[in-house]
Amino acid sequence: MFNWLQNFSDWLIYTIFNVGEDTHLGTALNFFVFDTLKILILLFIIVFFMGIVNAYFPIERLKNYLNKKKLYGLEYFFASIFGAITPFCSCSSVPLFIGFVQGGIPLGVTFSFLITSPLVNEVAVAMFIGMFGLKATIIYVVSGIILGTIAGWLLGKFNLEYLLSDWVKKILENKIQHREYAGEKRTFYQRIPEITKSAWDIVKGVIVYVIIGIAIGAAMHGYVPENFFNQYLGGGEWWTVPLAVILAVPMYANAAGIVPVIQVFVAKGVPLGTAIAFMMGTVGLSIPEATLLKKVMSLKLIAIFFSVVTICIIFSGYLFNLIL
Amino acid sequence: MQKVIKILGTGCPKCKAMTAVVKEAVADNNIDASITKVEDIMEIMKFNIMTTPALVIDDVVSIKGRVPSKKEVVDLLK
Repeated sequence: MFNWLQNFSDWLIYTIFNVGEDTHLGTALNFFVFDTLKILILLFIIVFFMGIVNAYFPIERLKNYLNKKKLYGLEYFFASIFGAITPFCSCSSVPLFIGFVQGGIPLGVTFSFLITSPLVNEVAVAMFIGMFGLKATIIYVVSGIILGTIAGWLLGKFNLEYLLSDWVKKILENKIQHREYAGEKRTFYQRIPEITKSAWDIVKGVIVYVIIGIAIGAAMHGYVPENFFNQYLGGGEWWTVPLAVILAVPMYANAAGIVPVIQVFVAKGVPLGTAIAFMMGTVGLSIPEATLLKKVMSLKLIAIFFSVVTICIIFSGYLFNLIL
Repeated sequence: MQKVIKILGTGCPKCKAMTAVVKEAVADNNIDASITKVEDIMEIMKFNIMTTPALVIDDVVSIKGRVPSKKEVVDLLK
């Protein structure tokens, strides 16, 4: 699918810039040009399709569905899947959270949604396809959804409602007045330009991270010796997975910047499971998200939430390393 | 009559984009309207929305969760 792009990169670097094919600089530059273009194309396509889904995704109806039906525990799974489908904007997480809880959806189910939403997002998926291929992407997405299901279910078992902020509890007690919503009246074709534009805006917003990430990746790719990480991180010692995850949580690199670097780690000998766990820790949990959630829940609840998810990520890291 | 426009959003890039679009739409067409940005999450939740940014015209939520085009805003204001 991307042969033409590889040919273009070869031509640009080896012929036009006349950098030798067997030099470090040559391979690094080639890698950089090829990956940057490939990722940007993939990003645009995936973000565009997610934009269409987003435009038609009936989040209110989903809320009612999760609330009304008795789903025998499957509601955690559904909430997690929906979290993966809906494009995530960290600024929407609080309104979504309150909307869910207010709609009578149990806290645990809401958490399932909240965990998967940033974990499996369109930018991360596009980057994963570009750097690791389809198979690794499917593993990442499926395990992200399962992780959200299990972690949400666990959190639900703890009965943590009393740890919500006072004003949220108040909202839950007396249902606030329902506002009128004019509704959307425009056709699909009328919406295409704006969906295209917002897809482009998202891509524009992450371009600089993609370039920095791939530049670091390209530099490492060309200069870090083979098996370098094998000596330190790749040996599969038991502590490498927890270490990777704990390092990742405070890191707020977005998926666009982090995946190219991880890819080089894997190429140089870090097990894929450890790398996926690291990735999940980076995008799934972050300090900015915690600050936003602070408005709706106590610090204690945030701490419990983050700990449970961190532990689940560490376990899935072990699991990947075992089965992959 | 003056339109009362409220933009609900916690300050994310999309919310800023919506504010810019609305301001332009109002200025370009000489529409008599007041524009307020509502950034306090407790206030925002009173409008019963789940995705931001949202555009509220005369107390009716008209758009939520996305940035509208200028033309769309003008149409809504007429």
